Amino acid sequence: MKVSYYPGCSLESSARDYQESIDGVCKRLGIELVELDDWNCCGATAAHSLNHEASIELPARNLVIAEKAGKDLVAPCPMCFNRLKAAEKALLREPGRYRYAIEGNTRTWDLADFMARPEVLDVMASKVTNPLEGVRAVCYYGCMSSRPPEITHAKDCENPMSMDLIVRRLGGMAIDWSYKTDCCGASHVVDRPDMVFKMVGRLYERALEVGANCIVVSCQMCQANLDVYQDKIAAELGMAVDLPIVYFTELMGLAMKEPGVATWLARHFVDPVRLFEEQDLLAKRGA
Amino acid sequence: MGDVHKSLEVDTGFANLVQASARLNVNACFQCRKCTNGCPVTFAMDIYPDEVIRLVLLGQKERVLTCNTIWVCSACETCTTRCPNEVDIAGTMDALKEMAVKEGVQIPQPKTYAFHKAFLDDVKKRGRMFEGRLMQSYLLSSGELFRKVADGSIKEEMSLGWNMFKKGRLPLLPKGIKGKKEIKEILGSQS
Repeated sequence: MKVSYYPGCSLESSARDYQESIDGVCKRLGIELVELDDWNCCGATAAHSLNHEASIELPARNLVIAEKAGKDLVAPCPMCFNRLKAAEKALLREPGRYRYAIEGNTRTWDLADFMARPEVLDVMASKVTNPLEGVRAVCYYGCMSSRPPEITHAKDCENPMSMDLIVRRLGGMAIDWSYKTDCCGASHVVDRPDMVFKMVGRLYERALEVGANCIVVSCQMCQANLDVYQDKIAAELGMAVDLPIVYFTELMGLAMKEPGVATWLARHFVDPVRLFEEQDLLAKRGA
Repeated sequence: MGDVHKSLEVDTGFANLVQASARLNVNACFQCRKCTNGCPVTFAMDIYPDEVIRLVLLGQKERVLTCNTIWVCSACETCTTRCPNEVDIAGTMDALKEMAVKEGVQIPQPKTYAFHKAFLDDVKKRGRMFEGRLMQSYLLSSGELFRKVADGSIKEEMSLGWNMFKKGRLPLLPKGIKGKKEIKEILGSQS
């Protein structure tokens, strides 16, 4: 299966682990990702905050390239996905208003939704040689793959299930919780870290309350906010937190015994390796 | 809330102006406050999201263009999703931010604005955002660099950067695209 692929800027740097795990598992699943030719930044929060026209036209340029390529478009970053979908809607609703035009015949997918389709889940399950027993995950979706549903076309924006379905088919436990789509504060981590620490702290508390031993994500912004500052946030809250923040694709790689798993996980700030060693899912380091 | 009522002159033109900048539907608000009740960042706001919409309807332009709320909104879209009248509340926050910048009003969250601006300036250069450079230019333009040097917290910033680098999450060189010119044109009017 061949699809167009829009990595987005973060996957070239801070979310390199996400990119590597996506490459690894897609190869195993027979999904060929063809990177969109000369793609540009979607503009993210900055563009929609300061410049409405640019917030549509930046992603629109990518949609035009994707239509030329003629295949479905997959985006791992929920922010990029959301902006691509918002541009698609704006271009089709008001043709002529923006500098680009599309036909609307190319479907844009959120990567987790793309992977959670029954046909992909079946292939994935057939390749699981290391079922994730002992993994008690809460799946944390954040905002942008779900909301608003008029843009994302999410099946159930208040209770998304894509990653829960994936974790369960990998043999792990996906625990139900009420904070799947609560905001982490996103880029406010730069200009208002106090806000993000408060919001992320609440997520830790809820995840621990339901007995999770890790948090599974599909968004590199959520991953960074929950992973990078965990020590500091825990200290501020006066609580002990040791919750690895893993991408769902990393769990797929772990369950399918992808050789790159240890490399991807070594890029995290909160060490996920210890948890997986304890559960006998990874060979002991140095053993 | 006290000084909200200091002027009782209603200017309905402002709501139309805001609405025209996108399909925001603000006139459909009947003040159920569902937006505010589900908002995850009310703790950081000076006026609540439903109040922003109400003040827009009343024409309280200065009040909404200078409030904290429009800048601390994290654009999580919970309000827009749950509004029973399909008011795009998060979109309205964006339209108001854009208007506040255009009108040159005093922005109560200058660092938030500085970050968005540094982001777009970075994209304008190469067509893609490069985290390493973005953080440098944000620290400079926001004045955070001087503050962090003065209070010593720059050490923390540098150790974070070093850790990111060690973990292979901070490449040294950015990637540019062939269509840079097109991106410059899109972002051309960006001040």
